[in-house]
Amino acid sequence: MMDWQPLSLTFRLAFVTTILLFIIAIPLAYWLAYAKNRVKPVIETLISMPLVLPPTVLGFYLLLAFSPNNAFGQWLDASLGLRLVFSFEGLVIGSLLYSLPFMVHPIQSGFANLSPSLKEAAYILGKSRWTTLTKVLLPNIRPSLLTGIVLSFAHTIGEFGVVLMIGGNIPGQTKVASITIYDEVESLNYAAANTYSLILFVITFCILLLVYLVNGGHVKSYWK
Amino acid sequence: MIRFRLEKRLNFAEGGRKLDIEIQLEKGQFVTLYGKSGAGKTSILRMLAGLLRPDAGHIQVEGRQWYAHNKNIFLSPQKRQLGFLFQDYALFPNMSVRENLLFALPKGQPDAIIAELIELMELRELQNRRPNRLSGGQQQRVALARALVQKPPLLLLDEPLSALDQEMRLKLQEYLLEIHRKYGLTTILVSHEPNEILRLSDTVYVIEQGRLLNTCSPQALFPDSVTQSLSCTGTILSLFEEEGRVKVKLSIQGQTVSHRVEKEKARNWSVGQDVQVELDFSTLRVKKSS
Repeated sequence: MMDWQPLSLTFRLAFVTTILLFIIAIPLAYWLAYAKNRVKPVIETLISMPLVLPPTVLGFYLLLAFSPNNAFGQWLDASLGLRLVFSFEGLVIGSLLYSLPFMVHPIQSGFANLSPSLKEAAYILGKSRWTTLTKVLLPNIRPSLLTGIVLSFAHTIGEFGVVLMIGGNIPGQTKVASITIYDEVESLNYAAANTYSLILFVITFCILLLVYLVNGGHVKSYWK
Repeated sequence: MIRFRLEKRLNFAEGGRKLDIEIQLEKGQFVTLYGKSGAGKTSILRMLAGLLRPDAGHIQVEGRQWYAHNKNIFLSPQKRQLGFLFQDYALFPNMSVRENLLFALPKGQPDAIIAELIELMELRELQNRRPNRLSGGQQQRVALARALVQKPPLLLLDEPLSALDQEMRLKLQEYLLEIHRKYGLTTILVSHEPNEILRLSDTVYVIEQGRLLNTCSPQALFPDSVTQSLSCTGTILSLFEEEGRVKVKLSIQGQTVSHRVEKEKARNWSVGQDVQVELDFSTLRVKKSS
């Protein structure tokens, strides 16, 4: 009998990560698209780091930071009662950092590609920044928002290195599908590994296909 | 009365330049800021609108201080009462024509003005369409209507007709004149189109390299514009050789005319090309339009 827990855990992680990222990325992308600031290139670099850094590096430093043997981990444990190593919450934090560029970049370029006069016209009509953002800017970058959501979701599903470093492989807690596949192969259980792999393959294929359909304008005509 | 003095260091490709300009205009005037591109005309409009912060100076509109460097007053664009027409229309693509106008209506205000503007700008048939399904001229009409929803005393026009064809321009100019009179607006236009300036404005401010060079009437600035000939642009529809000459069919402002020219003259011409057409008035007939 197949164990569905790793798959459901994977999707729960991807779902929570995507929602949180969406909320975090909009103000961040807005700032990156419009601000003129000297620290902007540094922030941009930091956000893009997960694209090139081996996930194990990110995982390693998070492991050190979250470890109850270190000051930050101790503080988290003592003040918030949070134990981020080998826990689902820890995985969420790791995934947020790991998938951040996949959410921020599409939204940032969505903002940047909008004509600046849209924002200015709304301001001149007396609309606040908030109204302008929610009624004018966001509705006009819907394809970018969709791209960000779908890419972050898919990218979180494909996570391995970060999870392995800070999550380990506790069933129902941190043992996501990608870890399970590795585990099954290690114990020469190729049939089970194949089932998980195939499911992930098909799902990520469908998700990415959706992005390309949207970006190629095939869905756009129905989306508006 | 609108009075302003604006100082701003502007950065151009050729290097920095300082804009320093002082203008005073009466309520109800229709004035043009005229000058080469890069003279600082658009920057002046943007500073008046609060989209660009001047380095020094002041702006006073009908007794209200919008900006005063020495008193550290700078009203945000939201707090200034004005309409602004952008070169690219700036209609919100996610809203229909009607929704664009409704968006401009402050909360709790009666929407009678929307119906009035839709009527005035002849947008009734278009009101449920999205901006991407409108022509350039239609879009600019919507943008003009939207700019007037809040009945601002001041209207700023940043080369609003430059992306339109000649016929559309003439029509839009009529709308601009009509709303300027009807709503008692003070209008500031940025333009470098003599015909447009002559037709619309009563005073021209000539701006060069960020300085006010001259203030005059449009007729004084373009004296040559009153002539015994009329020139316009036409598009070649077809070219035929006929009895040693070339018969050219032209489209001029929606009308098709044909004309014969010497072969030699038409040597480099091709179908679809724009040509300058000059008519002299020796046989001009003028009658009242029906």
